[in-house]
Amino acid sequence: MPEIAMSARGVSHAYGVPGSASHVATLDDVSLDVRRGELLALIGPSGCGKTTLLNMFASLVRPLRGTIEVDGQPVTGPMPRKVAFVFQEHALFPWNTIRDNIGLALKFQGVAKPEAAERAAHALEAVGLADFADHFPGQLSGGMKQRASLARALSLDTEFILMDEPFAALDEQTRIVLGEDLSALLSRTRKTIVFVTHSLGEAVLLADRVAIFSARPGRITGIIDIDEPHPRRSQFATSEKFNRLRGDIFGLLHDEIRKSIDDSVHRRSGAAA
Amino acid sequence: MNDAAAPAGNGQGRLVQLLFYVAVLAGWYAVTRAGLVNPIVLPPLDKVLAAIPGVVASAQFGADLATTLFEVFCAFVLAAVAGLLVGYVVGRSPRRIAEYEPLLSAVYAVPLVLFFPLFVLFFGLGIASKVAIGAAIAFFPIVLNTIAGFANVNPVHLAAARLMGASPGQIMRHVMVPSALPVVTTGLRMGLIVALLGCLGTETIAATGGLGYRMVALAELMDTVEEYAYIVLIIVIAALLNALAGWAEARAHRLMGAR
Ligand SMILES: Nc1ncnc2c1ncn2[C@@H]1O[C@H](COP(=O)(O)OP(=O)(O)OP(=O)(O)O)[C@@H](O)[C@H]1O
Ligand SMILES: [Mg+2]
Repeated sequence: MPEIAMSARGVSHAYGVPGSASHVATLDDVSLDVRRGELLALIGPSGCGKTTLLNMFASLVRPLRGTIEVDGQPVTGPMPRKVAFVFQEHALFPWNTIRDNIGLALKFQGVAKPEAAERAAHALEAVGLADFADHFPGQLSGGMKQRASLARALSLDTEFILMDEPFAALDEQTRIVLGEDLSALLSRTRKTIVFVTHSLGEAVLLADRVAIFSARPGRITGIIDIDEPHPRRSQFATSEKFNRLRGDIFGLLHDEIRKSIDDSVHRRSGAAA
Repeated sequence: MNDAAAPAGNGQGRLVQLLFYVAVLAGWYAVTRAGLVNPIVLPPLDKVLAAIPGVVASAQFGADLATTLFEVFCAFVLAAVAGLLVGYVVGRSPRRIAEYEPLLSAVYAVPLVLFFPLFVLFFGLGIASKVAIGAAIAFFPIVLNTIAGFANVNPVHLAAARLMGASPGQIMRHVMVPSALPVVTTGLRMGLIVALLGCLGTETIAATGGLGYRMVALAELMDTVEEYAYIVLIIVIAALLNALAGWAEARAHRLMGAR
């Protein structure tokens, strides 16, 4: 088994037609290896192309240049048995209860019904939604929807999980508890997770490595190792080491965020002139 | 979704409807009783109501009703099959929406009443011309709503289903159909009602039978009591059809795992 689970090599990407006003360069020559069994966090200024890169690993977006590989194979289409995806805006089907949402996902994946029912119940239990199994997504709060879509992805029991800000709508406490659970899951299984986040604390608390993106078009400006074994407990979040790492990442990010804000001010004044 | 608000809202809506019907009937009763209108133009309510059982029991009413309902049924089925098919094909492609949706909307805006005589000319005095008109009129709300329904399937839902390994058939059954269903069924319900309108309308122009034809015949005989009895009965039939459609709609939603 290769130690590299997923890789991006020299990947560039842009939306829109070059030269037109809608043209947006999103990624600029990004190379990144995701190691097997690690949780890699992607952090960077808003709009720098994190979702775009994650979508490439899932086959939802194709690179303009460069190659994307998952498990040693170039990505050509969905890999439902290998890769699960948690969307930035939860993608639960509003016409199904959350139990049926998970059941359906397992049906799509080809799991037999009795096993699917059991796994759905188990997954909902794990995110504290057992009592809401028969509610529709529209009847849940934002954070509950996010937990439900996390449960759906975990129930698929794939080796690779791609998560786009899965905890963004959660309150701090729930985020920490679910983070602990995810860390425990990592220590038990050898899952590989790529995880987009806006939160420095979340990145340090959960990730084995944190890749820091520049302002758009995204390049990777640095990778920070969080050398701390799983399962991590919330005590880690109050340690000296945690604060130091958090500070390091912030240092790398700060200039980029400044740049991305200046850039958008620039764009606007340019358009107005 | 809003479990608490829905029943109260429905109850209130029903009360308003009921008050409206009562007001219309009371107005009718009062105006005719007071002798404010010529009884030929508007016969007294009680006379009309008294005439209804006789009309319903007559063989002629049965035959007219059967004719009209058969026309509406044929027109609706034709319009539904064509509308759903065309709507799906157009709605799934942004390019085809850009090409055909404005065209269909424009044709929908043409008052089809203008073509009633032509349809009679082409399809004759019998059932065929009514079916053709009914189907032509019903086609538009069905096709336009079907386009809207399938065009607005959330792309994130489609992507999620594909990533989880859904087959094209599963995507159709579990994502596209339930997503489009509320809008499509509204189109079907509107289609059914305008099919009835089209069939009745054409019957009043030229026909050999049917409820619309009978109304014209009664008007020519100046038998307005029976004429109004027919009007009341047709309104009741339209309401029943609408209720039937609403029931079918609710059932379809339940089958699809309603929202
Ligand atoms: N479907 C699209 N069509 C055109 N441009 C897009 C599209 N999606 C994203 N973009 C552009 O690409 C850039 C990168 O988008 P992306 O979603 O990858 O950013 P992100 O890093 O995930 O941002 P955020 O942290 O705000 O979620 C954005 O600035 C946006 O302008
Ligand atoms: Mg994003």
